[in-house]
Amino acid sequence: MIKIEKLHKSYPIGKDSLHVLKGLDLHIKEGEFVSIMGSSGSGKSTLLNIVGLLDNHDEGNYYLNGQLIENLDEKKAAILRNKFLGFVFQSFNLITYKNALENVALPLYYQGMARKERQEVALQYLDKVGLKDWANHLPSELSGGQKQRVAIARALATKPKVVLADEPTGALDSTTSESVMELLKEINNEGMTVFVITHEEDIAEQTDRIVRLKDGVIISDERVDKTVKA
Amino acid sequence: MKFLFDKDTWQEIYSSIRKNKMRTGITIVGVMWGIFLLVVLLGAARGVENNFNKLFGNFATNSVFVWAQRTSEPFKGFQEGKSLSLKMTDLEHIKNEIKGLEFVVPRHQTQAMAINNFKSGTFGIFGDYPTLDKVQKKDLVYGRFINDNDIKEKKKVCVIEEEIYKQLFDKEEYPIGTYIKINDINYNVVGMYKQGQVGSGGPQGNIHIPFTTFQQVYNRGNTIGWMMITGKPEFDISQIEADVKLLLRNLHKVHPEDERAFGSFNLGERIAQVTGFLTGMQFLTWFVGIATLIAGVFAIGNILLITVKERTKEIGIRRALGAKPWEIKRQIILESVFLTTIAGALGIIFGGLVLMLIDSTIGQGPEAALTNPTVNIPVILIAAGALIVFGTLIGLIPAQTAVSIRPIEALREE
Repeated sequence: MIKIEKLHKSYPIGKDSLHVLKGLDLHIKEGEFVSIMGSSGSGKSTLLNIVGLLDNHDEGNYYLNGQLIENLDEKKAAILRNKFLGFVFQSFNLITYKNALENVALPLYYQGMARKERQEVALQYLDKVGLKDWANHLPSELSGGQKQRVAIARALATKPKVVLADEPTGALDSTTSESVMELLKEINNEGMTVFVITHEEDIAEQTDRIVRLKDGVIISDERVDKTVKA
Repeated sequence: MKFLFDKDTWQEIYSSIRKNKMRTGITIVGVMWGIFLLVVLLGAARGVENNFNKLFGNFATNSVFVWAQRTSEPFKGFQEGKSLSLKMTDLEHIKNEIKGLEFVVPRHQTQAMAINNFKSGTFGIFGDYPTLDKVQKKDLVYGRFINDNDIKEKKKVCVIEEEIYKQLFDKEEYPIGTYIKINDINYNVVGMYKQGQVGSGGPQGNIHIPFTTFQQVYNRGNTIGWMMITGKPEFDISQIEADVKLLLRNLHKVHPEDERAFGSFNLGERIAQVTGFLTGMQFLTWFVGIATLIAGVFAIGNILLITVKERTKEIGIRRALGAKPWEIKRQIILESVFLTTIAGALGIIFGGLVLMLIDSTIGQGPEAALTNPTVNIPVILIAAGALIVFGTLIGLIPAQTAVSIRPIEALREE
């Protein structure tokens, strides 16, 4: 599903440039539940942005769903994002003046789906995350956990190939973190590829595979022992 | 262009506008102010223009008055100081020999006491042809002006100015068909008109009787008191004035360079001076109005630019969710167009209301400061159209800014 070969990325800082990713190789197959672990500054967010087509890489190859990503203009990137990727952010990134239902329906709008159909689909996904009764509430009227679940519903609404979650539990307490992770697991069990970025060990341990990043290189890539987890 | 008719497009715009009430309010007020000023300025300018037109409007503007005086130079055996008077035959010569004339209206004028029952007053008495109505429009309240039949049969009829009615008649009395006595002769009142502001014979008002009747009653033989000459619009009235006076000097055997033998008053020249002033004022109005509009448009651009900065994150989210750059741009431009249109409409409405207010307070009656302040609807529509076009163009700048921020940077904003 996601295949990265010798990926390099550096950001210019004044006259110098900061080499963030130093030749990453990573292959994530369809249906995997992967977490990227690393402290801040390890390059994990940069990796997610590149995988999420929010940023472009300098060197190396990136295949998304078998398609080589290169020379992408914003328009193509937008279409690919809409089609293949669902985003879940640490700070939820819901649009504040739209209610839960409208937020979930927004990516469908950009897909060009008719209004009525869009709302049906959105409601269906809100139901899936257990927030059907909150459909007409604004984000400000929801708790953190509820907001994140709306964001997950939004990420799922377009039936993407991969859900990219950037510190999905970073702003949540441990109980709500738990329920959000349960939701992600449930999605993964239905066959969705889920790609989580976190710096919390206990969150990473709930995934099937942990990739550890340090200073722009992968230092370990291991499967989580299911027996331990249970 | 399908998106223009898409309910969703407008839904998006509506929700984003409704959300940002403050910004929406400021933008609308800015543009509204621009178009409001333009409407009021144009209306006020029109009001001033109307005022001038009211002063001169009942006169054909391209006209000159000519009368006879005394010679100032001896010529062909006549000494200087010979008294001259215009003759009916001069009229035919002028009509035949001068190019570019529209009307030549001979008039006689005197003052006399007019009596109706127990009321009386001294007024200007004029002997007139029906054509006077052509060069000095009479705004008739009742009845008619002098007609050809009156002239032919030398009828004892008269047309009075409203002022005369006020002095000689009781309130609510219907003047037509009554008789007023002037110099012991009864004249049947056939018409009454509203007074103009220029060209009144005296402060007390005018009475018009048929020219031929005047000649007979006041024993004027074949002479003319003075004449009003109007030129066709494409001819220069000053040239006509000179030509007529030269012809008259010829006909009356006066020295060709005797400037004082015939007097004249060139109304066209006077009016041209005023018109020049009006043109200058209109130019100023347009200049100020357009400058205000441009300032308004820049205000929209500025506000939208700030808005885009403010909404960076939202735009980033939308793009992460798959909004194409063009979709973002389109929304910002449409927001700008929508806001300018609403603001323009409100500006026109408020401008119109202010003009109505001006009209109802200081816009009516002879003492009005601004008469009927109005604006041309096409002019306003063009102004509003230009505003929308500029609004779109200026909307492009923030829209470009919005899509040039990479979504990742936008999302990083906290």
